[in-house]
Amino acid sequence: MSDVLAVVEHRRGEIRDVSLELLGAGADLADDLDGELHVAVIGGNAEAIADRLDRDGVDVIHTIADGAEFNHDVYVQAVGALYEALEPAVVLTPHTVNALDYVPAVAVDLDLPLVTDVIDMEVSDEGLQTTRSLYESKIDATVTITERPCVVTLRPGEWARATGVGSVPVEDFEFELDESAVGSRVEGFEEAGTGDVDVTAADFLIGVGRGIGEAENLSVIEDLAAVTDATIAASRPLVDNGWFDTSRQVGQSGKTVSPDVYLAVGISGAVQHVAGIKGADTIIAVNTDPHAPIFDIADQAIVGDLFDVIPELTEQLR
Amino acid sequence: MKILVTFAEVAAVADNFEIEDGAVADRYLEYDLNEWDEYALEAAVSLREEGIAEEVVTVTIGPERSADTIRMALAKGADRAIRIWDDDLRGDPLEDVSTRAALMAPVVEAEAPTLVLSGVQAADDGYGSTGVSLARTLGWQWGAVVNDFTLDREADSVRVRRELEGGIEEITTLSLPAVLTIQTGINDPRYASLRGLQEAQAQEIDVQSPAELGVWADRLEPRLERGELTEPPSRGDTEYVEGDPPEQATAIADRLLEAGVVQE
Ligand SMILES: Cc1cc2nc3c(=O)[nH]c(=O)nc-3n(C[C@H](O)[C@H](O)[C@H](O)COP(=O)(O)OP(=O)(O)OC[C@H]3O[C@@H](n4cnc5c(N)ncnc54)[C@H](O)[C@@H]3O)c2cc1C
Repeated sequence: MSDVLAVVEHRRGEIRDVSLELLGAGADLADDLDGELHVAVIGGNAEAIADRLDRDGVDVIHTIADGAEFNHDVYVQAVGALYEALEPAVVLTPHTVNALDYVPAVAVDLDLPLVTDVIDMEVSDEGLQTTRSLYESKIDATVTITERPCVVTLRPGEWARATGVGSVPVEDFEFELDESAVGSRVEGFEEAGTGDVDVTAADFLIGVGRGIGEAENLSVIEDLAAVTDATIAASRPLVDNGWFDTSRQVGQSGKTVSPDVYLAVGISGAVQHVAGIKGADTIIAVNTDPHAPIFDIADQAIVGDLFDVIPELTEQLR
Repeated sequence: MKILVTFAEVAAVADNFEIEDGAVADRYLEYDLNEWDEYALEAAVSLREEGIAEEVVTVTIGPERSADTIRMALAKGADRAIRIWDDDLRGDPLEDVSTRAALMAPVVEAEAPTLVLSGVQAADDGYGSTGVSLARTLGWQWGAVVNDFTLDREADSVRVRRELEGGIEEITTLSLPAVLTIQTGINDPRYASLRGLQEAQAQEIDVQSPAELGVWADRLEPRLERGELTEPPSRGDTEYVEGDPPEQATAIADRLLEAGVVQE
């Protein structure tokens, strides 16, 4: 029992980038365990997707035809069946919204320990040692899984994508889906927020976060944007408050941006926000908290009060 | 119908803290109710106000200290609160999400609600798994990262809108009873009124131990061990700007000029 089973993610016929990172991480882990990397593609156009998974380090690709798109009941049963057949040491998936929707159920069904949103892992004598973030990413903690097998979900953006082309056998895995246990029906998809501004097109984006406090304080940011001809984007809480249209939300559930400069003002740098700004050439952050995780990815860090720094900047550029 | 809300007290570290002997000392921790659970609670209380639900009950796993947070939930409109605890839960057992689900499942079974609402994740440890683990432990349906839902009592189902990455939403119908994990932005959580807070002070919190719930010690054997805490590594090439606000502003202005997004 030393193999790794990696379950990839796809949507609307496209493999998601996180899946290629999963293969990279899975190959390293299988190496460390002296085992094989098995990859599963469930639903959709599994065969066509399997072609893109033909990468170095992958030993076998299993395709499971059931279901056009993701359905958590089908995934739970399919992964359970594959697990019984392969008896892997570790089940790996990306830490995504769909993982949040089915992986905990897999762990319960198989009675396996689960660690989610992992940013690093290492095989040790005590077990599989994982690293994850605590307290809004201000602290990293190791969590050792003392039992094998186990289930682990990996934070997107932390592992290099698997490269190269192998020549990996693709096997069709068949199992008896218990239709009576499918209690959910996916009816379709909708695109959210095609609203007022295209933040993805801006060269200079000012991202404003909860540090702004009250809606009336936004004028501090608007003044700077007016003087510099910048576009204003926002973190999720401000959109939740109704202060901005969803089209201005940057992050995992919002827009992915790649401006020349992203000026993050009063934004802590939660992983779901940072997911949207990694493509910025330069990140400048203004935050009162010296431990704010945004500083870990910023090129220029200003530990200071936005209400002192931003009006001063506006004056200097006027 | 009854709605149960899982409600967590979460810890945040103060702006200036230190890691001592691999741990954060308690004096640097501040406790509060979990943001995501506040939205779940608001959704439940609104359904009661609309006459769709009769009762809203909260369940929290937490030590004596968490009573303050629980009273906040009562002040915001929960009818009753249950707190699960004994000192054996201190330390590693709760690191394993399935332990939390195992502790809450008997409460859900005893209360028999139609709907359980949980926050998508807890702000402090961010496992994001309690709601779905609980649903599966109960053998119920579930939906994760829900930003809208509509009950259909006749069809005994709930239609949920799930927020996927990149502004795409999935519409799914689930059979009831179900557990939904609630995303922020689904509503506008209310503030607790002073009167509500005062009344909550007088309310009883029903405390139950794992043994009383029939969850035995072997279920609480940790399979996960939390080890060392460290500060996350910084990328290394971050330029920290010293000085007073005008000097800091000048440094930003220089960077903006250098990047060519503003002109002199
Ligand atoms: C499934 C999922 C998807 C999500 N998707 C997104 C997403 O797409 N985008 C997103 O942004 N979030 C998203 N989130 C939410 C995310 O987890 C955080 O809650 C959010 O990003 C926090 O926003 P913030 O940084 O503005 O607020 P906070 O975390 O509250 O940070 C405010 C910051 O302001 C600083 N501050 C306070 N006062 C001042 C001052 N006077 N001057 C300077 N700094 C100050 C504080 O030190 C703090 O660092 C998602 C969460 C989940 C679970």
